[in-house]
Amino acid sequence: MAENGIGASVPRTEDHRFLTGTGSYTDDSNLPHQTYAAFVRSTHAHATVALDTSAAAAAPGVVAVLTGTDLAGDQVGSLICGWVVTGKDGEPHKAPPHPALAADTVRHVGDAMAIVVAESARAARDAAELVKVDYTPLPAVVSMRDALAEGAPQIHAEAPGNLCYDWEIGDRAATDEAFGRARHVARLDLVNNRLIPNAMEPRAAIGDYNPATGDYTLRLTSQNPHIHRLVLAAFVQIAPEHKLHVIAPDVGGGFGSKIFIYQEETAVLWAAGKIGRPVKWTADRSESFVADAHGRDHETHVELALDEGGRFLGLRVETRANMGAYLSTFASCVPSYLYGTLLQGQYTTEAIYCEVKAVFTNTTPVDALRGAGRPEATYLIERIVDQAAHDMGIDPAELRRRNFIPADAFPYPTKVALEYDSGNYGLALDRALELADYNGFAARRAESEAKGRLRGIGLSAYIEACGIAPSQVVGSLGAGVGLWESGGIRFNPTGNVLVYTGSHSHGQGHETTFAQLVSDYLGVPFENIEVVHGDTEKTPFGMGTYGSRSLAVGGSALVKAMDKIIAKGRKIAAFSLEASEEDIEFSGGDFKVAGTDRSMNIAEVAFSAYVPHNYPLDELEPGLEETGFYDPANFTFPAGTHVCEVEVDPETGTTEIVHWVAVDDFGNVINPMIVEGQVHGGVAHGVGQALLEGCAYDADGQLVTGSFMDYTMPRADDLPDLTVETTCTPCPHNPLGVKGCGEAGAIAAPAAVMNAITHALGTGAIDMPATPQAVWRALNQ
Amino acid sequence: MYAFNYHRPDTLEAAAAALAAAEDGRVMAGGQTLIPTLKQRLASPSDVVDLATVPGLGGVRREGDAIVVGAMVRHAEVAASAEVRAAIPALASLADGIGDPQVRNCGTIGGSIVNADPAADYPAAVVGLGATVRTDRRTIVGDDFFTGLFETALDEGEIVVSVSFPVPRRAAYVKFPNPASRYAVVGVMVADTASGIRVAVTGAGDSVFRVGAMETALAGNFSADAIRNVAVSQDALNEDIHASAEYRAHLVGVMARRAVAAAAG
Repeated sequence: MAENGIGASVPRTEDHRFLTGTGSYTDDSNLPHQTYAAFVRSTHAHATVALDTSAAAAAPGVVAVLTGTDLAGDQVGSLICGWVVTGKDGEPHKAPPHPALAADTVRHVGDAMAIVVAESARAARDAAELVKVDYTPLPAVVSMRDALAEGAPQIHAEAPGNLCYDWEIGDRAATDEAFGRARHVARLDLVNNRLIPNAMEPRAAIGDYNPATGDYTLRLTSQNPHIHRLVLAAFVQIAPEHKLHVIAPDVGGGFGSKIFIYQEETAVLWAAGKIGRPVKWTADRSESFVADAHGRDHETHVELALDEGGRFLGLRVETRANMGAYLSTFASCVPSYLYGTLLQGQYTTEAIYCEVKAVFTNTTPVDALRGAGRPEATYLIERIVDQAAHDMGIDPAELRRRNFIPADAFPYPTKVALEYDSGNYGLALDRALELADYNGFAARRAESEAKGRLRGIGLSAYIEACGIAPSQVVGSLGAGVGLWESGGIRFNPTGNVLVYTGSHSHGQGHETTFAQLVSDYLGVPFENIEVVHGDTEKTPFGMGTYGSRSLAVGGSALVKAMDKIIAKGRKIAAFSLEASEEDIEFSGGDFKVAGTDRSMNIAEVAFSAYVPHNYPLDELEPGLEETGFYDPANFTFPAGTHVCEVEVDPETGTTEIVHWVAVDDFGNVINPMIVEGQVHGGVAHGVGQALLEGCAYDADGQLVTGSFMDYTMPRADDLPDLTVETTCTPCPHNPLGVKGCGEAGAIAAPAAVMNAITHALGTGAIDMPATPQAVWRALNQ
Repeated sequence: MYAFNYHRPDTLEAAAAALAAAEDGRVMAGGQTLIPTLKQRLASPSDVVDLATVPGLGGVRREGDAIVVGAMVRHAEVAASAEVRAAIPALASLADGIGDPQVRNCGTIGGSIVNADPAADYPAAVVGLGATVRTDRRTIVGDDFFTGLFETALDEGEIVVSVSFPVPRRAAYVKFPNPASRYAVVGVMVADTASGIRVAVTGAGDSVFRVGAMETALAGNFSADAIRNVAVSQDALNEDIHASAEYRAHLVGVMARRAVAAAAG
């Protein structure tokens, strides 16, 4: 293994600037003649509104006050949902209009109604408070149960009964038949709690318009700048694609929340065109709470049918999924194709049927958040497996082992439309149990009991579908885009390299990982490689970063580009070394004539390519720059087992996580340190969901958890030291054999925590977040 | 933040004068509540009078049987004070558990008690240890200082100068923190003092309160068991998403027993 190559824990290149405060985020940029925007937002969950902007427009420093009426007048298109889910009835989902500024009806607290543009941020905010909004309140529906009830207030005329879709997957008849054969049926009602993403950097945007050229520029916090450009051009129609330049510079965390095309960035860009000056907006944290797409929010009834030996015969799932007030960019696919398709879990369950009702409510829109559908699937599978183990008196680890898809059964076609490519679930489970000292638990429980504490241990044998995604598959399921990725390699004449990726790093460490990959593959020194991302004028069109896809899909695109570089380098070396192309071998950065000591380093090849003084130009093209596009043949399927051990103080209900083991199969690993960091972050996210984070609305649709005073983000002292290991079954269908690691922790963790708590408490009647009060109630009900 | 006039007086008298002259003046001590409130536009004072440069408001010192803490003393200073740690370790540990390091290094005891947040820690110390509060005008007995939700006995424009804590025979403060804010959901100071046993509860009600039944029980038997059967009424206790009144009432008992055990240590 090279010092900085594949498999080395290279310290992250990007960390120096992040840790020394010298990163360059959207809010760090300021353009000449820049103005500042503030939004007027609804304080009601549901109302018709009439705006009087005269006082605001006359306030000092105000440049413009623009409303939903102005937006409609300019024919600015609706925000879109990019994935059309078809329901049981064969009808497409209901995607009601979602204007960047609501004109006459507001549908959630925080819905933007006007943008105030002024000479300073303070003037904009002052003036925003002067916009008079005459609200005529309409009845709001906050819970899904209320939204689906007969006679419920209607949020959109286009969505009768507040139903976005009623979708199904699997085989209902076969599942019914399986339940008919069951010796035991385990049942649970589960809530998958709504989460607020809370990236460290709030969303921000600077829109700019050059009247002389008609060019628009949008700097913003985006995980996928090309998608922003495409949607704002083709659908919202603010500017054609070639006249819109989108830059996503350093971005401080996304977790999904910066995938989407939101009201604010759209309005900022449009306003910049209206006034002919740059317009800047940076969300404050209070805005982030109500305006960033939330995550999860499912209510599920699940049943697992087992035979007398504990084998899983059938799984039946009925879910309500909250979409919030509008259908966000990818909201529709989260509780359907990223959820129902994962219900096979790691098991050979013979029949599966799942139906999902997606529901509109007067709450902030819900969309993908770290894991997106897959945490919800793993949570219910792993909870019901534990419930079944408890019911039948079988050890939870043993019950899982009995039902695992065997290591020799891959590729494994699931009952829910996927084909698992590789895996070895028993190996990960066994190693996790060993590291967790599963067999020694009884002694530790006795020690806890002696101190008056309850102790529990919980497993989560999770699976996810990552490396999103084969375009042909997602296209057939309703996606409006392909999900390939691009990668470019540009050698400079001096032999150093610019690496272009259509993916985007907002904390993941692409600048390090991709440089390692290129260094290893092309034999170029690590420090001679620069990774470029986040700018539509620099990088080839790319789909961005989400779904743990950057390395599996984006890295594979780079491999394709590098293969082209090597092929061309071989031609150049053959010419320069006066050998036949077939005799040129490439390794360690050197092109060698086989069987001789004649060779050229790739840097020399690059120099030659840019100084082609004697090239036979009809045979050899100057330059050394190639682009690759990679469309995966399948999803990747990271999987593993996490083990959580907790101690509960029965007097207060406080849960302490005392031990955590993660054994994950991510396929091949480029940088083990970065992977471990991703697991740490993911587990923290999942522990946050399980113990701490519970987004709450009151009956009127006001967000009760609207700040960090009430919304509990995980902190360092909420977590123990984590024991993290990996197993490896390489992905067989991408050239790197990698699977993806960014979401695994968030997918695995909630069930591990909750299974540990239910084990400690002796009751499964507890939902997330298992706050001290919730645990205390569960113990005292 | 809305615009306001900012004052940085050099004397207590000048501070009082600036406040008196202001249409709607606010004193700023450590600013750990005021500044976030201003930033969120939840307050719009005409004038802010910053006490940072006023002399005579700092310092922790022993005066006879009491520890006197200047109003502008930061929580971290109390937590680290050798005098406090020797005489009233419960007070040092309380200060060490307030907020986060930034809050502890900026926030002051004067600012905390004047704000009278129902979930703040210091009120439990002022009442639980039987402290007295000295202002630029008078001395106020700790039991009389907190009068309600964010309300104190201070008159308009009155400025706290110091807080005097009689050294107890033994004391301990135990709190159950709000998982999100880490303010006290319930915090209990139990102290065995020259004037008797005191049990003061913060976080649970509108304002800090004493639990007479526990004090009586502990006077005869200073042990956790002595108060195990003292029921705390949930009437008038706070309720929010983190803790119902019933849960808070339960936690008062748990925290009180743990405080007694720690004090009896």
